[in-house]
Amino acid sequence: MDVTFYIAGAIAVISTVLMLTRLNVVHALLYLIVSLLAVSVDFFVLGAPFVAALEAIVYAGAIMVLFLFVIMMLNIGRHAAETEREWLTPGIWKGPVLLAVILILEVVYLARGASAGLGTGAIGPKEVGIALFGPYIIGVELASMLLLAGLVGAYHLGIRKTEKPEIRHVTDTDEGRADTGGDLVLAGTDRSARTT
Amino acid sequence: MFSLGLTGLLVRRNLIFVLMSLEVMLNTAGLAFVVGGSRWHQPDGQVMFVFILAMAAAEVAVGLALVVQIYHRFKSLDVDAISEMRG
Repeated sequence: MDVTFYIAGAIAVISTVLMLTRLNVVHALLYLIVSLLAVSVDFFVLGAPFVAALEAIVYAGAIMVLFLFVIMMLNIGRHAAETEREWLTPGIWKGPVLLAVILILEVVYLARGASAGLGTGAIGPKEVGIALFGPYIIGVELASMLLLAGLVGAYHLGIRKTEKPEIRHVTDTDEGRADTGGDLVLAGTDRSARTT
Repeated sequence: MFSLGLTGLLVRRNLIFVLMSLEVMLNTAGLAFVVGGSRWHQPDGQVMFVFILAMAAAEVAVGLALVVQIYHRFKSLDVDAISEMRG
């Protein structure tokens, strides 16, 4: 158990260092995913399977998808295809794939053997849930309020860029109205000039 | 105890990609909590990790919205220029 823990920790450290030294954002994201998965394996070795599952689902799933979505949103530029062609050179994926294969071998080894905790034994999700909704119920409420605040804040920050075209649209219609009014006035003067 | 040293080594990473390294730092803080919780066999460490997870999710949502807003504010910044914002 000690050996697997240290191997996963070393993979986490190595992938984090490689993430910090990448220049491309997507490559760094790959290494960050590998690092998060390694930390998840660490949690599993430490006897916290619930937290390991949460790490793999929430961090490596949801938050990384958020990162990837924003990167792809910002990447819709003029030379997106050229940068994509540059990024897709073979050999880049070898590093993360190597580290991930080591992690997979480790998980297979852990799944075949008896997966007890490091030293003191495992703490299952039941005890965590009892502790979470027992003495930490105020913390749960605070976390829910924080998540709501984060949701509203992200929505507010994201909605501002869609307000600008609306304002432009309103001004366009106002200008159109002013133009038509000017045309009407000119037409009236023309008519009055013609009648007189 | 050696595992605590390992988490200390993980925490000491620098901020380069600011949000990603924020993620890494929160992650290592959570790792330290879980290591402590498993050292003394208490579920409190995992509870704290769940709270850290929720906070990281909210922080990343707001931070990425800010990044999108900055990109739309300064049109000349492309992704490479953003990725060069090193602290």
